[in-house]
Amino acid sequence: MSYFKNIKSTFKVKNHVNYIGVVAFLVLMIILTSTGVLSRSSIGLLSRIAYSIVMAVSLNLVVGFLGELSLGHAGFMCVGAYIGCSVGNILSQSIDSSLLVIIISMLVGGICAAFFGFIIGLPALRLKGDYLAIVTLAFGEIVRNVFKNLPYFGGAMGLNTRPYNTKELYIIGFVVVLIVLVLIQNLIRSKHGRAITAIRDNEIAAKAMGINVTFYKLFVFIIAAFFAGVAGVLYGNFTTPVLYTFFSYNYSIEILVMVVLGGMGNITGSILAATLITFVNFELQSNLSGDLAALRLLIYALILIIVVLFNNAPAFKNIRAKFSVAALLSKFQKPKKPEDVSDDSAKWDVIESKISMNEVLSVDITDEIAKAEKEGK
Amino acid sequence: MAEYMLETQNLGIQFGGLKAVQDVNLKIKKNELYGLVGPNGAGKTTVFNMLTGVYQPTTGTFFLDGEELKGMTQEAINRKGIARTFQNIRLFNNMSVIRNVLVGLHNQPEYKYSPASAMLRTPAFYENEKKMRERAKEILRIFDLEEERNNLACNLPYGKQRKLEIARALATNPKLLLLDEPAAGMNPNETAELMDQIKFIRDNFDMTILLIEHDMKFVSGLCDEVTVLNFGTTLAQGDTQTALNDPEVIKAYIGG
Repeated sequence: MSYFKNIKSTFKVKNHVNYIGVVAFLVLMIILTSTGVLSRSSIGLLSRIAYSIVMAVSLNLVVGFLGELSLGHAGFMCVGAYIGCSVGNILSQSIDSSLLVIIISMLVGGICAAFFGFIIGLPALRLKGDYLAIVTLAFGEIVRNVFKNLPYFGGAMGLNTRPYNTKELYIIGFVVVLIVLVLIQNLIRSKHGRAITAIRDNEIAAKAMGINVTFYKLFVFIIAAFFAGVAGVLYGNFTTPVLYTFFSYNYSIEILVMVVLGGMGNITGSILAATLITFVNFELQSNLSGDLAALRLLIYALILIIVVLFNNAPAFKNIRAKFSVAALLSKFQKPKKPEDVSDDSAKWDVIESKISMNEVLSVDITDEIAKAEKEGK
Repeated sequence: MAEYMLETQNLGIQFGGLKAVQDVNLKIKKNELYGLVGPNGAGKTTVFNMLTGVYQPTTGTFFLDGEELKGMTQEAINRKGIARTFQNIRLFNNMSVIRNVLVGLHNQPEYKYSPASAMLRTPAFYENEKKMRERAKEILRIFDLEEERNNLACNLPYGKQRKLEIARALATNPKLLLLDEPAAGMNPNETAELMDQIKFIRDNFDMTILLIEHDMKFVSGLCDEVTVLNFGTTLAQGDTQTALNDPEVIKAYIGG
């Protein structure tokens, strides 16, 4: 029973904001859909948001937490989409339940992508920074061109898939998002997560502490690729045909933009940025017709520039401080006593670091155990 | 049990045509405090880098507790029992003080749990994290850092950062601790405190310590034996007072 006591004593709302947010969003959307408020295309947007979040959060693991720049994340998604969906096509002939088919194809797609993650992870151990970025970039391009030239996967015409019922797909999508969040956050808040962030902070010191840098780099690449593969299967079930053009360099960059916009190593930020960017893209696509369509990329770029400037420019510091979520919350809270604030998460906002860390990183489960014990005494 | 905790045999390294270190023969007994001194550029840190696997020695070899470690990776050498600190501090700056120490505890077999167990939060996760934290606090207590355990490492004053680095190295449970200029940049009070702490570690952790230091008062007050290096070769070796008062050594330091 002490196991459940541990869980209970370490449970804090602050650590579970992401889960609560996603569940609340999902419930709200289910209500809106069932009452018929949302249009069909808006329901489709929800599925797109779901796989974007999975992509952004998994890339954040590589870029934000491990500190390696990967520009080929769409390549892993491509592997997952093609292989997972073709397995899905085969299975759907013998299995009636489409839910079971999508679950199996997500696992297969994920595992195949993870295998490619392993292969890409091997050079990642020898290359640093820009060089690794170039290798992953090349990988992304190679993968999609290989699939383009394989007749089995439909060649340049794309792979025909059986789209899942749009009205239900987004529910599956957000359940996947929730699972991915739980797994990644639990990993980051453990000793293995500490090892990963230690490698990012100072690789030489991490090696001197006996941390198996090779293992962790490979591990992170494999995990991130697995989730990208799962996202690929979601994509394949959302749209048909699965076309190689979608997984281009531009899409990899778009995911990277989500990560950077949300803050490196900030999972909540990745979720919000993925939602925002997908939403903005969708609105621009559907509202700008005719000649105005050419303006889409311009407006998109302007929005990105403004958001990045606002997030980082020193001139906006006071405005940010005034309107930040933390500031708004503090209006409703009593000022904390200094001894209560001495938790490590409280100190995170203080640093002016290029890589902005968030509470996801800073809240260590061990701190919570200690605190719970202190309160118990 | 080998006679010496660390024994190097003709240890040397050559960078291109430059012989940075030649024929270093250290013999460090168990539980000994050993000093490595010499003017700037003498090759002291290079010796440390060879002993921790950062550089592979081109000649000679070295043994820890009778086991040859030459050719191993940095990670493997650390797990075999050599931990070090760095001349220019290398902490995990964006992590809290306690988490720096927790990273040091990473490889201890008693706190082992798999990544899968972390992702699924099995009982092993809670159990081990709790034990690790208690151990980390114990180590921090030795260096009077327990109060500051939740501060970011980069926000600590310089002297405390040095101490934290030693604490982190100690957390890897080494047989041999290599300290690269532990007192650099410390004021006299801090230095005196550090001397006590190093002695405390030696006595209570049954540790063998090899340190590089320029502060001669620090070395002569702490070390049982020293080796003096100059231009990559051994100038004098043996009992601290005798070696430091060797005319050759004084000449190398003062010039002439």
